[in-house]
Amino acid sequence: MQTFVTDLLCIGAGLAGERVAIEAAGAGFDAICLSIVPARRSHSSAAQGGMQAALGNSVMGEGDSPDVHFMDTVKGSDWGCDQEVARIFCDNAPIAMRQMAHWGVPWNRVVAGKSFYYKGGERFEKYEKPEKEGLITARAFGGTAKWRTCYTSDGTGHTVLYTMDNRAAQLGVAVHDKTEMVSLIHDGGRCMGAVARCLKTGELRVYLAKATVIAAGGFGRVYRESTNAVICDGGAHAAVLDTGVVPLGNMEAVQFHPTGIVPTYILVTEGCRGDGGTLLDVNQERFMHIYEPDKAELASRDVVSRWMMHHIRQGKGVQSPYGQHLWLDIRHLGEEHIRVKLREVDEICQNFLGVDPVHSLIPVKPVQHYSMGGVRTDKDGAAYGLAGLFSAGEAACWDMHGFNRLGGNSLAETVVAGGVIGSKIVEYLKGASAQYSTAVVADRVARDQERIRRLTAGADGDEDVYKVRAAMQDALQDGVHIFRNQGGLERAVATLQEVHARARRIGLKSDGVGANPELALALKLPGQVRLALCVAYGALMRTESRGSHAREDFPERNDRDWLTRTLATWKNPGDDLPTLDYEPATRTFEIPPGERGYGGGKIIPMDGAAQPGKEN
Amino acid sequence: MDRTLKFNIFRYNPVAQGSAPRMETFVLPEIPSMTLFIALNQIREEQDPSLQFDFCCRAGICGACGMLINGRPGLACKTKTRDLPDEITLLPLPVFKLVGDLSVDTGSWFREMYARVGSWIHSDKEFDPQAEEERMDNALANEIYELERCVECGCCVAGCGTARMRRDFLGAVALNRIARFALDPRDQRTDRDYFEIIGDDNGIFGCMGLLGCEDVCPKELPLQDQLGFLRRKMGLTAIRRFLPGAK
Repeated sequence: MQTFVTDLLCIGAGLAGERVAIEAAGAGFDAICLSIVPARRSHSSAAQGGMQAALGNSVMGEGDSPDVHFMDTVKGSDWGCDQEVARIFCDNAPIAMRQMAHWGVPWNRVVAGKSFYYKGGERFEKYEKPEKEGLITARAFGGTAKWRTCYTSDGTGHTVLYTMDNRAAQLGVAVHDKTEMVSLIHDGGRCMGAVARCLKTGELRVYLAKATVIAAGGFGRVYRESTNAVICDGGAHAAVLDTGVVPLGNMEAVQFHPTGIVPTYILVTEGCRGDGGTLLDVNQERFMHIYEPDKAELASRDVVSRWMMHHIRQGKGVQSPYGQHLWLDIRHLGEEHIRVKLREVDEICQNFLGVDPVHSLIPVKPVQHYSMGGVRTDKDGAAYGLAGLFSAGEAACWDMHGFNRLGGNSLAETVVAGGVIGSKIVEYLKGASAQYSTAVVADRVARDQERIRRLTAGADGDEDVYKVRAAMQDALQDGVHIFRNQGGLERAVATLQEVHARARRIGLKSDGVGANPELALALKLPGQVRLALCVAYGALMRTESRGSHAREDFPERNDRDWLTRTLATWKNPGDDLPTLDYEPATRTFEIPPGERGYGGGKIIPMDGAAQPGKEN
Repeated sequence: MDRTLKFNIFRYNPVAQGSAPRMETFVLPEIPSMTLFIALNQIREEQDPSLQFDFCCRAGICGACGMLINGRPGLACKTKTRDLPDEITLLPLPVFKLVGDLSVDTGSWFREMYARVGSWIHSDKEFDPQAEEERMDNALANEIYELERCVECGCCVAGCGTARMRRDFLGAVALNRIARFALDPRDQRTDRDYFEIIGDDNGIFGCMGLLGCEDVCPKELPLQDQLGFLRRKMGLTAIRRFLPGAK
């Protein structure tokens, strides 16, 4: 068996993973990134809108600062975030944007003089200052007090990822693409690397590393309808959960993006609304300003998605063969703006809907988009439970997003967290010595080989892997979506427990030889179902509404009992539910819990009277 | 609508003993808004779970799903069946190493390309975290972005006459990459430096001008213009080497 030994092993070669690897390589350490796809196809490349950083160069961002960004982020999280981490992020974001500029990102720049912008369908004038000409500019995004989102047209993730991978190539970071992690190698206290499967030959390989970083992105594909790339399936999260000792944080905190196109659920960027696009109902009338007089279409994503579903429930949805939807209108922005600044949106509408957004409305509805939850780490990116294991980016629950992340904050998080955590890993590597146990490695490999043998032989049953996956996706889609309640969540949990039992009886239909795709899915599906159970069970037990987690039967945000982060651990392989523990959402408060200023939710304050018989 | 589609798909698993390259036929009823992404996944899930192909973003953004669609390189995810005849032939992209069936190894090819062209900003300036960013004209930023939109799908290489004949030909994607850095004031390389990389038959002078690259580019990059621009620039650089005073 091929064995690779390295200082740093990154699971994932998107923005967060490569940023961490670059930091290590820059300090003279060996770094290998494993990636299911070539690095530049990572889902970071699909992020369109931009990265939030308080540079304040545009006139619409005047007076901005990391403090204002921090306030927006904490409000956006519905006070679910770790405030110390949010502070680290906001303070470092401007520097990270400039560093990306230094490495080659063609950020859009301030153009001095008069220009127009749209808000709520109306046209306004602004004057950019001559002394700011040529500095990195910004656009508006939801839930922000200032224009703060740095961008390159609507291909921001693409250009930043290309620049990052250029830098990685320059520094000699090795990317083993078409390679998928199967399991983590650990002894219950220390992580030693991973077993991975080559997706060119099907062979297993061993990677031994002093430090291992999970930077594999989100797990949206556990839902039936998601904007995520097909590789964002939670395979890496499942391997982490299967250690039995590392908890996943806030898995019930799932973001639904207001503007997935119907059908196919490909995202069109929040930049559409940031640039002045509006949401219309079946009568082609705006409605967001009725619910949110101040922010209207630019309230945070959880709030806009909820009002959209509410409006559809009021009978204002547009009927279609793919269910009800609403309209996104960007026609008034004009042809030049759409073809230049919203170019990917233009292409997506033309290619996948056959709609020209310059002349026609875009059918949209809220769709699973982002995982606030993930591998729980401390502020240095170190995972709970195993020494030598770290996590960064969407895969992690670092946790600056709490129960709702702001648009533009996740793409920025990848490079900021990658840099910060990368430097902490460098410190760790300087003090670390290689400690590998051949017995532990051999045992892990033997167990993975045995799983492959049993799947290929159909030793445990003949359940069809694709049918089991569909059952999992349907259970989450139907029971753990935007509006949640006890009955629906209980049904989802029970269904997923049945699906979990079926997932243990999967047998391959094909021979499993080589880079067999059926085997790839079969290896991770039981773990994916366990992730889905973490989402559903966490949502069932959290009896309040916070950010994206909206309980119809518990509509208040309950700061008295639930200013907490859920930690889900899968203690024993034989379990069919995760073990849930809770920790305080934040240990330091720069801003005590208060009103968000949008969303209109009710709050049970921290010092509110206890409900009889209720304890937490 | 109400068509029945016949897919002729290239099959070969180089790792499996006894596997030989062949074509296999699959039949599917067409559904509304069907793309090759939907069709191929349906074939895999319902007819042959061993079928290998690559998709990632399925939104025309990541470049993973390049293949030959009725003989023409293109992105499968954004190819609608309604734009194709009843019989659809799918082959893996040529030039790139075959992984199996419709899946090819573009990653190794591109990482070698980055090393050959030095696909990064060459600068001796250190990053200063305290300093304001260097200014750039927004129009120039947009020009760079236009060339940076390449998704490295490999279609231009697969559609290139020279690349099919000459293994080491850089291809439009690499030449476009050079054009992108030549445009960027942050990169300190000179025309002479670029000439060292692309000033031969494996570079800009190997291009026969057939322009299949421009025809098949799914992102509609201005490859014809860039190839012409580089050829002129490199031709002048070559002449200057022979002028008096040249080193």
